[in-house]
Amino acid sequence: MSLRHIFGNSGELFRFVLQTACITHCTWEFVGDFVMCSGPSMEPTLQTNNILMTEHITPRFQRLCKGDIVIAKCPRNPKQYVCKRITGLPGDKVRGHFPGRSQVVPKGHVWLEGDNTNNSADSRVYGPVPQGLVRSRVVCRIWPLNKISSLSE
Amino acid sequence: MQPVLNPESRNTDYVFLSRWAVSDYEVRRGEIISLVSPKDPNQKIIKRVIALAGDVVNTLGYQNQYVKVPEGHCWVEGDHTGHTLDSNTFGPVSLGLVNAKAVCIVWPPDRWQNLEATLPENRKPLSVSI
Repeated sequence: MSLRHIFGNSGELFRFVLQTACITHCTWEFVGDFVMCSGPSMEPTLQTNNILMTEHITPRFQRLCKGDIVIAKCPRNPKQYVCKRITGLPGDKVRGHFPGRSQVVPKGHVWLEGDNTNNSADSRVYGPVPQGLVRSRVVCRIWPLNKISSLSE
Repeated sequence: MQPVLNPESRNTDYVFLSRWAVSDYEVRRGEIISLVSPKDPNQKIIKRVIALAGDVVNTLGYQNQYVKVPEGHCWVEGDHTGHTLDSNTFGPVSLGLVNAKAVCIVWPPDRWQNLEATLPENRKPLSVSI
């Protein structure tokens, strides 16, 4: 095997790896990805260690609806992601921080709540969440295999 | 952000935004950052960080005169006080909305310079958390 042959091959391999990496990155960043969730806040809909398929197109074009389950950055800690259900869109009246007092969701924000109302740190704790923090919308659950189901309306 | 950026309104400055500098969400007081507007997710704004989580700021026309910046948030303001839409309107912003730090002005060439992290003398936070 000549030197040229080896370099020719490795160049091709390098190109293939680079292309694959770029396509994978763009898909995960702009189209959709997989998320493993943990914690009790979305029970009984989602349990710890469920794997979800999400898409990033709906949040990008602001087509989010009430009832969608979304992945968002936690407003209190940007390194952590939370998985909650949208229960209020801008202009909606929601139950606020304090019991018995309602508040209106401001423009550009959404109101997020966990399905497990008693054990969930959500908008009732940190207030409305800017839409810029919403990363993706959950489409379906793909793991465990016996619980595969669509989670979007 | 006048007078640091666009000192004359007719020509615009182009700045270099570094995403690496904020990849761990660690911003410092005085730095100029770009972030997604909390009011409109399609809009990006460029502001100066005035205070970090735990600091107390004296606000200009916000609902409370004194605000303690909550955990994971920062207080941003434009330099052109009174002509800017900043934390005095929409309150503290979550660090998750920050996407880059403005490092230097790259265009026009006669304005090439690094952007220093400086706090306007009269806009320093009242108390600073360690």
